[in-house]
Amino acid sequence: MTKKILTLLSLIVVSAMLLSACGQTETATEAPSTDAAAAEEVQMSAAPTCGTDPVVLNAYFETGFDLPFVLAEEFTKQYPNVTWDIKQDQFTNLINETPRLLAGDNPPDLIRLPTMVSFAKQGLLMNLDGYAAAFGWDEWPVPQLDQNRVSEDGTRGSGSLYAMGLNYSLTGIFYNKELAAQIGMTEAPATLAEFDELLAAAKDAGLLPIMQWGSAKSGMGLAFPLQALMASVGPVGPINDWIYQKEGATIDTESNLVAAEHLQMWIENGYFPEDINAIEYTDANARFTAGEGVFIFNGDWQNAGYDTDMPGNVGFFLMPPAEAGGDPAAMSAPLTYGIAANAKNADCAAFFLNWVASDPTAREIDVTVGCSNPGGPADAVMPTVTEGSVTNETLAAGPVIGMAGTSMDFIANATSAIFAQGWTPELQKMVGGLQDAAGLLAAVQAEYLRELAE
Amino acid sequence: MPASSKTRTSSTTTTDSGTMAPVPSRRFFSFRKDSREKTRGWLYVTPALVMYAVFVLIPLIMSIYFSFFRWNGITPMKWAGLKNYIMIFEVPDLLGTIVNAFKLVLFFSFIPVALGLIVASIVHRVASGQFGEIVRTVLFLPQVIPLVAAGIIWGWLLARSGLINQILGAIGLGEFTRAWLGDFTWALPAVGLIGIWVLLGFCTVLLLTGITKIDPALYESARIDGASWFKEFTSITIPLLRYEIGVCLTVTVTNALAAFDIVYVSTAGGPGNSTSVPGIQIYILAFTEQRIGLASALAVLLMILVLLVIIPIQRLSREEVGK
Repeated sequence: MTKKILTLLSLIVVSAMLLSACGQTETATEAPSTDAAAAEEVQMSAAPTCGTDPVVLNAYFETGFDLPFVLAEEFTKQYPNVTWDIKQDQFTNLINETPRLLAGDNPPDLIRLPTMVSFAKQGLLMNLDGYAAAFGWDEWPVPQLDQNRVSEDGTRGSGSLYAMGLNYSLTGIFYNKELAAQIGMTEAPATLAEFDELLAAAKDAGLLPIMQWGSAKSGMGLAFPLQALMASVGPVGPINDWIYQKEGATIDTESNLVAAEHLQMWIENGYFPEDINAIEYTDANARFTAGEGVFIFNGDWQNAGYDTDMPGNVGFFLMPPAEAGGDPAAMSAPLTYGIAANAKNADCAAFFLNWVASDPTAREIDVTVGCSNPGGPADAVMPTVTEGSVTNETLAAGPVIGMAGTSMDFIANATSAIFAQGWTPELQKMVGGLQDAAGLLAAVQAEYLRELAE
Repeated sequence: MPASSKTRTSSTTTTDSGTMAPVPSRRFFSFRKDSREKTRGWLYVTPALVMYAVFVLIPLIMSIYFSFFRWNGITPMKWAGLKNYIMIFEVPDLLGTIVNAFKLVLFFSFIPVALGLIVASIVHRVASGQFGEIVRTVLFLPQVIPLVAAGIIWGWLLARSGLINQILGAIGLGEFTRAWLGDFTWALPAVGLIGIWVLLGFCTVLLLTGITKIDPALYESARIDGASWFKEFTSITIPLLRYEIGVCLTVTVTNALAAFDIVYVSTAGGPGNSTSVPGIQIYILAFTEQRIGLASALAVLLMILVLLVIIPIQRLSREEVGK
């Protein structure tokens, strides 16, 4: 009996090993390599279209954001031969699923990309240089495309184009106009010192100066004010270099230390909610719109929510520079969508991406539903938005950053796990009094190097 | 004379005509019958065995296999030997996550088993019939509620303005209120509390089933002798429930050391890494960092750790039963 069981188990073990070996062979042969034809630049003489034959675009969108769904619906109205097979998932799940979706048997024609460097390096994403030339994307304002470029050595910010933005979000500081009036704020602060005065005034008035989220379930929201402070007291170049993984780049710099110390001072002064480590993103916004907190660091993707929940009572300004007369800076990132290297309808997907940035109706949807700058050609008309909405203010702030050339990607996007393994736990420790500014930067840099060593 | 009695001594028998004819021995019949029953038995367990192989054994073997490779889940694997097992020790706060897992044993295992014993004993003694069934159902409910929903509900209950703080404030303990899941000191016990809530019902129902198998005459004798509930509990219930207690400990200790779901839905390991456990690290390494080899190596080590703790518990409970 025992022998039989042993024999049976042996069979299962051997089968499992064979299966795993087969699985590996398949994986090895199916996964496109970096020099595979699919990853090569798409060469074309004329801009592609969706043609007239029926096309079903296979798309993966992010749950909770209406913009791509509304755009897809409008696109079908204008091009009835194109229909959609849309799958959706939460952003955090997309982070985990994207490589398998791109490498699978039915690769998406269009997919929301949480990150892109590793996928570009692995040959899973289509190189869009050919489309860029055919559609004239190369002539658009430079910063729009730079964040979606990956060079051969895996550095972001330059090289070939691997994704496009449906629109271009902007971050800054939203404020509750009624509460701001209570503390004597009549105009946006021009310097960091003026902003500090407002925060102190709010605290003195018994108000919560800044509402922010910080639960590990949402990712630590203090990364927003920290990066804003970094760009306020220092140059944005080294921050972008670090995010783009340029050789020798470090986050542990003198000016970043000043910024981290400033954030620590804000925490110690009680400018953030005492339960910040347990607050999720949605809770923070709900509490802000309910009147808790004078300011909140966030992005224009939240405009519609703010305008709905506190109409006419929300304003926006960019993080002011430390020095008077300096340029404000902001995190500004494209709502990134890419095309799988083996996508069946790549031409139509590229045509859609071009349509989003150039069609007047699409641009209007981009602004009214997505609440962000639609980007596109420099001479494209900016759609009008409802008077008095905060979207007006964020749209007006976009060109300021564009002119100053001070846009940054998010420090949480430097590596795939730097947010989960670096920023979030270390900033939470800072809130709990278990980490200081210098220790925070050193710990995050160590984690960054650990991940890059792979 | 019935043929069956003849076969006891001889493998042949006499026919009516007086000739000797070979008769299959009873052992042979028995063997064929046994063989058929065994085959039928194996057929019955085959579906379960196939599921077990597909969802447990094969992934287990594949995890061990992957742990010797560098692999991002997409591109071809590269042989790494024992490198992953060495690199594990560079994983952020690895020791801290293992210590947290052992702290969770207190909440996920010892408290539910101890409380389960007490509740089961009380229910058995005082709450028979329909009331007993209601108690069992209520206690078992957390087992059938999806953990994600439970995590969200507990997140609300334990929030700064949640029900638990409201109750504390109402009874004059306002100074103890806090954001339980965001507090470095209290987040782990708060996660533990969720674990107690989930596992208490499982332990109670299992132990109650065990109690009902104990001969009621033992309790009657004890009561005639004037034994108190506590005396019954320590002298009859606990000694005769050792096997069930062993099962409870095995399941709950495994739940604690290999915890993932309860922690992920309640705190995701925060604040800092104060509630992070190896399961969370495995998830991040495999799916966020795309380091399947390293994640598999940590998973293999976690399995060994769980076995090192579970095997002695199993042996102890079996030895006690055998005595």
